[in-house]
Amino acid sequence: MNKSMIDLIYLVPLLPLIGFFITGLFGKKQKSEALIGGIASAAVGGAFVVTALIFMTLVGHGSEERSHIVRLFTWMQAGSFTIDVSYQVDQLSILYTLIITGIGTLIHIYSIGYMHGDKSFPRFFAYLNLFIFMMLNLVLASNFLLTFLGWEGVGLCSYLLIGFWYERKFDGSFIVWTGDAAKKAFIVNRIGDFGVLVAMFLMYNQFHTLDYTAVNAQAAAGFQPGATLITTITLLLFLGCTGKSAQIPLGVWLPDAMAGPTPVSALIHAATMVTAGIFLIARNATMFALSPTTMAVVAGIGVATALTAALVGLVQNDIKKVLAYSTVSQLGFMFIALGVGAFTAGVFHVMTHAFFKALLFLGSGSVIHGMHEEQDIQKMGGLKKYMPITYKTFFIGTLAIAGIFPFAGFFSKDEILWNAFSQGHWVLWAVAVIAAFCTAFYMFRLLYLTFGGKERFDHHHIHPHESPKTMTFPLIVLAFLSVVGGFLGIPYALSIGGSIPNLLEHWLEPIFAPAMEILRRPEVHEVHAIEYGLMAASLMIAILGILLARSYYKNASDQPQAMANRFSGIYKLLWRKWMLDEVYQYFIVDVFYTISNGFLWKIFDVKIVDGVVNGTARSIASASELLRKIQSGIAQNYAIMMMVGIVAILVWLGLGT
Amino acid sequence: MEQDFLLSAPITFLSIMATILMVVDALIKKSSKITFTLSWLTLGITGVLAAWTLKHNGTAFNGMITVGSFGAFFDILFCMGALLTLIAARPYMQRENLEHDEFHSLILFAVSGMMIMAHANSLLILFIGIEIMSVCFYILSGYMRSSVRSVEASLKYFLLGAFATGFLVYGMALIYGATGSFDYNQIFMAAQHELRFPSLMMIGIGLLLIGLSFKAAAFPFHQWAPDVYQGAPTVVTAFMSTAGKIAAFSAFMPIVAIVSPADTEMKIQIILAIISAATMLVGNISALTQTNIKRMLAYSSVAHAGYLMMGLVAISAHHARGVSGILYYLSAYLFMQLGAFVIVSILERSGEKNLEIEDYAGLSKRHPVLAALMTIFMLSLAGIPPFAGFFGKYYLFTAAIESGYTWLTIIAVISSIISVYFYIGLIVKMYFTEPNESGESTQQLPGIASITLAVSAVAVVFLGLMPAGLLDVIKLLFGN
Repeated sequence: MNKSMIDLIYLVPLLPLIGFFITGLFGKKQKSEALIGGIASAAVGGAFVVTALIFMTLVGHGSEERSHIVRLFTWMQAGSFTIDVSYQVDQLSILYTLIITGIGTLIHIYSIGYMHGDKSFPRFFAYLNLFIFMMLNLVLASNFLLTFLGWEGVGLCSYLLIGFWYERKFDGSFIVWTGDAAKKAFIVNRIGDFGVLVAMFLMYNQFHTLDYTAVNAQAAAGFQPGATLITTITLLLFLGCTGKSAQIPLGVWLPDAMAGPTPVSALIHAATMVTAGIFLIARNATMFALSPTTMAVVAGIGVATALTAALVGLVQNDIKKVLAYSTVSQLGFMFIALGVGAFTAGVFHVMTHAFFKALLFLGSGSVIHGMHEEQDIQKMGGLKKYMPITYKTFFIGTLAIAGIFPFAGFFSKDEILWNAFSQGHWVLWAVAVIAAFCTAFYMFRLLYLTFGGKERFDHHHIHPHESPKTMTFPLIVLAFLSVVGGFLGIPYALSIGGSIPNLLEHWLEPIFAPAMEILRRPEVHEVHAIEYGLMAASLMIAILGILLARSYYKNASDQPQAMANRFSGIYKLLWRKWMLDEVYQYFIVDVFYTISNGFLWKIFDVKIVDGVVNGTARSIASASELLRKIQSGIAQNYAIMMMVGIVAILVWLGLGT
Repeated sequence: MEQDFLLSAPITFLSIMATILMVVDALIKKSSKITFTLSWLTLGITGVLAAWTLKHNGTAFNGMITVGSFGAFFDILFCMGALLTLIAARPYMQRENLEHDEFHSLILFAVSGMMIMAHANSLLILFIGIEIMSVCFYILSGYMRSSVRSVEASLKYFLLGAFATGFLVYGMALIYGATGSFDYNQIFMAAQHELRFPSLMMIGIGLLLIGLSFKAAAFPFHQWAPDVYQGAPTVVTAFMSTAGKIAAFSAFMPIVAIVSPADTEMKIQIILAIISAATMLVGNISALTQTNIKRMLAYSSVAHAGYLMMGLVAISAHHARGVSGILYYLSAYLFMQLGAFVIVSILERSGEKNLEIEDYAGLSKRHPVLAALMTIFMLSLAGIPPFAGFFGKYYLFTAAIESGYTWLTIIAVISSIISVYFYIGLIVKMYFTEPNESGESTQQLPGIASITLAVSAVAVVFLGLMPAGLLDVIKLLFGN
């Protein structure tokens, strides 16, 4: 166990890439689903094993020696501009890699059961492997450009997988086909990517490098906090984060991304890809810390998203859409953490959220599978006796996301709330608590409507059944992680006088040290009374939400409709997701369409561009005709032409000599 | 002395063999099979001999010729061009009933002239080389005695060629007057110092440029080329427009290099740049409206002379990239232009039929392989990656930019864009239009000409995919 172990990092992205080629190239001919799914899962599983070994190696090192750059080869070179394919193996990237490959493996295994019998079975696994490869490049890269490659790559895979069932209809805002949902996700993300690109141009212009370490070190050395350039760069980067991590104003694509198969929603649109925005900020914590403005924007956007998405979640009836809004809301929590400078808390929530949200999505997939593709929770109910394992694990996941002690979500969410409060951001804290209350409410509403109460489905056509072992096994593993995951980050207040270490904070701390230095954060471990109080308060609020949901939905099956009638105004607004899609459609998409169609195409392209092009072509053609006439075929004329040339040359040479 | 003979072996061997071939012709009736075999063997051996001398770098026979290196590189190109032409010519000549025995020896004599041009280290030797090659070309272009057009081409070529040779010789005389020597090295030395008659030198250089521009078919001395290339038998055109042009540049490059020190006011350089720009524009624009494919390719070959002259401009600006750029481009040009003409020769029917671009409509259905190969050659000629023509243009354009001739490069790019129209136009014709009624329906097999096509196509693709290989060789031979 030494340095050479760390050099094996190249295997981590390589194995899924090989898996992609095998399943992609040879999968179609192969009849055995078990073999294809096995190869794809083994590729990711192998990557997980290697990552785990590297993790052990790093644990054996001192905390200052855990950051390594593994250079593989030069990707491109032009003049002084060099970009290497090199991986930065450190605490942050290894944590992300463990999550991606670990949960990735489970979801691959789950997919073997879920996708059983699909005619494009190998294509699905090829895309999944490719996604893992791209995602690993995103988090392991040691420079912006390689991350950007992964960033775009996961966007591509997301597009391919949302539209995986491209022949199916999908009912979304201004969307008819799953392909439309895929396009929406891709295009909305392009807006964010534009921000990242411009940020990279600015950084290269300023620092002449795109290496994370160098850029952050130079930024810290060369700029005072609040410098305009750094604010611009970080805001542009954050624009990219709002796209990838589905925050206001670019978050509209995520709910429609549920058009993809459920394992995709779990892997890409809950556990991994959507947390890329958090990764990008955490990776550049130093630079973000230099800009108070950006930090305020990040926290503000985060809390606004957390609340608005949670409110939308209250009224949705599609099991996956509830979870989608819950994901958006939880990502908002992570951005709150980053915005108040609690980077560790943000990454902690990424991890716990990955556990319980993957669990919930896979659970919903199991429900959908058992209900023969039914997704409307109004048409479910009473499923717990048919699908006991799914129910139990889903229940654990719901407790975790609601923030009930001692499940994983409690610790991470509470740390975020405590950080917001202790830094003096009362408003942030208060709004986040309301969002947390809504979360508890809509999650238990979902739980009761799905598994509890009367059976509202048609018994003649639907026979709910428990899912196969390949699907329940990942559920059990993830449920276990959702229970114990939180103990990795036990807050100091609950550590019995510091005798239980906060493992995660310990692990991540050196990464964020420079950023913390800039933020000059005072240590606030002393005031435990307040912390205990806040913890109790947030726990009470969560329980309140649960009880409220219970009283409404435990047995009453007609409640969604009754609620809709009672609060018809606000209900409609929430049902239509704050009309954001409508606003975008009428003020942006339609305007663009009108300009493109009426002016850019019919006038600019047809008249001006084509006019110039055709005009040039015509004048060259007439020049050609002219030259043709000069070429008379008579030798004497040619000789005259030569003489003209000779005289011209000799006169020119003779002049002045 | 022994060393001299040994190192000049490629030239002497080829010349002797050409003479023997002529005698064999005269003594044996129906000797075409024998002469064909002998001539391709000769060319092959000469190529090997040239490759063997490639690493030497010096002069022989009292500094009259250079041996190895530069000349040897060109020897290989000439032999390759002649060999590929001979192979492609055999089925063509048989079909056209042109297989008179002296054809092979004429080709060999032309090659010996070219080699002398490339090896020349003295203006006198250069003149001898040019004349040997030209006389062979005059005869070869009129080889189709029954065709009025062929005879007319021959006569036109001869008349205008003689006219241009006059200026060439006069230029040599003036340079001798100004420097007192025919020897390249002496002229180079003299040009570096203050000359007693600088105007004599400048006019001499000017006349020399005119003569060489005629051989290279550069504007405004290019007008013979379309007529001659169209009138001559297609395989002869293939040979003249490739090996002939390469020979012209093999003579042009050292001349530009040795006189450039005298060009203190950059006048020569500017003339070269203007000729280059005008040549490519006129060549490409003229090609646009051609309906005859040989004529279109002839104008395209004029345009390529324009691109190549960009390299001469760079040489005249003392930029070494000019040399490697031209050498690479010529190698690429040999295969792509030859390949295109050979396809034309395969599809041609007696009586100069099937030579209109219209006749190529729907070729992809009748001759899918020929159409595909033609597409490769056209794309390469248009300079589209990944084919050899792209990198050729790239190196020449870079050389021009680095020599400070950005405007010339802009013109080159514009004229390249114009050229895409007619190159791609032919592809469109072959693939996207229906064959017309009168189109030839009988399948004509290319016979051994397919060897030429295969070699050319592979070379065009290979040089395009791995340009570094040839460039390394060039670098090894000539430094940078």
